[in-house]
Amino acid sequence: MGYTIAEKILKAHSAKADIHPGEYIEAKIDLALGNDITAPLAIDEFAKSGTRKVFDRNKIVLVPDHFAPAKDLRSANQCKVLAEFAGQQKIKNYFEIGCMGIEHALLPELGLVKPADLVIGADSHTCTYGALGAYATGVGSTDLARSFIDGKCWFKVPPSVKFVYKGKLNKWVGGKDLILFTIGKIGVDGALYKAMEFAGPVIERLRMDDRFSMSNMAIEAGGRAGIIAADEHTFEYVRESLKNQGRKVTSRDIAYWRSVFSDKDAVYDKVYEWDISGLEPQVACPHLPSNTKPVSKLKDVKVDQVVIGSCTNGRLSDLRQAARILKGKKAKPGLKLIVIPATQKIYLEAVQEGLAEIFVKAGGVFSTPTCGPCLGGHMGILTEGEIAIATTNRNFIGRMGSPKSFVYLSNPAVAAASSLTGRITHPQEVI
Amino acid sequence: MIIKGKVHKFGDNINTDDIIAAKYLNMTDAKELGAHCMENIAPDFVGRVTPGDIIVAGSNFGCGSSREHAPLALKGCGIAAVIAPSFAGIFFRNAINIGLPFLELADVSSISPGDILEIDLSAGRIKNLTRDQVYNTEAFPEFLQRIIEDGGLMNYVKHRRS
Repeated sequence: MGYTIAEKILKAHSAKADIHPGEYIEAKIDLALGNDITAPLAIDEFAKSGTRKVFDRNKIVLVPDHFAPAKDLRSANQCKVLAEFAGQQKIKNYFEIGCMGIEHALLPELGLVKPADLVIGADSHTCTYGALGAYATGVGSTDLARSFIDGKCWFKVPPSVKFVYKGKLNKWVGGKDLILFTIGKIGVDGALYKAMEFAGPVIERLRMDDRFSMSNMAIEAGGRAGIIAADEHTFEYVRESLKNQGRKVTSRDIAYWRSVFSDKDAVYDKVYEWDISGLEPQVACPHLPSNTKPVSKLKDVKVDQVVIGSCTNGRLSDLRQAARILKGKKAKPGLKLIVIPATQKIYLEAVQEGLAEIFVKAGGVFSTPTCGPCLGGHMGILTEGEIAIATTNRNFIGRMGSPKSFVYLSNPAVAAASSLTGRITHPQEVI
Repeated sequence: MIIKGKVHKFGDNINTDDIIAAKYLNMTDAKELGAHCMENIAPDFVGRVTPGDIIVAGSNFGCGSSREHAPLALKGCGIAAVIAPSFAGIFFRNAINIGLPFLELADVSSISPGDILEIDLSAGRIKNLTRDQVYNTEAFPEFLQRIIEDGGLMNYVKHRRS
């Protein structure tokens, strides 16, 4: 019997000759990630364990991104815990504000993740790196603390579910719409404890940024991972990103990465196949990411705030898409438009390309990288009765602030178009 | 271990933002977090909890964020165990790792708010003392039982390294 990508990566990192879905294993990880919310708990547990040195200071990444730049005194203390721990343990991959980015945009950009890697992160959207053909999964702070000690983590080998997308994507439809459509079809527990695998001709043609958006939201369907087999797009991306680590991609690397795709006789729990030709941009309505509708069905929904950014859609191509719509135009008076590039590199590129100017001239806020409003942290909290459309990933009750506020989720083009009209708008209406 | 307490019921897909809103994630103390448990969806919840009480919820309990603050908040406000048909992946790990007792019970419909339950964790048996019913759940696999018996993941690792 063959293996899926998820099974191959987990097997390669465990001491096992064979593994099966449902089995509990311990495996060696390639990278462990924590942020200013989750790492302080882990650092505390690590200290209590009496261990003096982390297992490998090059395999730990600490990113203060959620409440950073520190939004209040307590957050400042949490950020300081990370900085001090990084200093004590000589952890190279600690990113202070100024070189910081939203973790799930930053790690791939810097070449810290590559295909076939096994990555854990004390953040649920760690599944983003599945877009690189890695097995990357969200864990808790105690898992992170344990990995600091011995570089290991326990896993329940997940069954895999395959999603095959056929047809041709409409204009203004991308990775975000595909994943919202998928979650809408299967529900927020539709892939509970499964490894999702995205495949088919549509995925093969999809740009890396769109792939990251898709894999990012696997968790919103309960998935433990959201994997896309590495291909030429991936190799091209990684050739560039690994330069940041002083590492060259060799033909041996490529050969190994190519060997980590699902076998022809791999066993899937389920295979979904959809023709997505004619799919409209999708919008998830309050208060679940599965509550999706085509954008045209929501044109009467008024919005007070538009947020473009996050680990789902804060990448350069996302900002370019938004800028294409906003160029030379003004956001509706009274509406709050907030644009947050995901990393400092993206921020600089947006400035150099003139995107930042377009956003500012449109009456928008152009912010330093932060998770900020996505989780109701700072930089755009909603008060009672306010409605936002955001390119973020969750719209749970109170997610962006007041429990009596409302969040709609969309792609960057729909969010930008909505900022011009003050209601949920199809991009083709304003271009 | 026997847990006996009063039931608080919740629906499907109770997410970690429901359990503890992100604005409190600049705290790490379980008691402090516990004071705000379920605040967004049930502002009166914490006031109704007596230490030792039990949450009975619908499927996919604990979905959303990886924040371990969620099981910590539940512990901190006095919840002794959670029963649901299914748990989200990361919440499941966190509960095992920090030793928050939980049980998977496929059908929770016959349990009502205010019922008194008695849970025998090692046997996986739930007695509904109010309704004189017994529900059996599947025992955890051996690997997880070892972590539970050691009192959480950090102790488990410590025992195996010493």
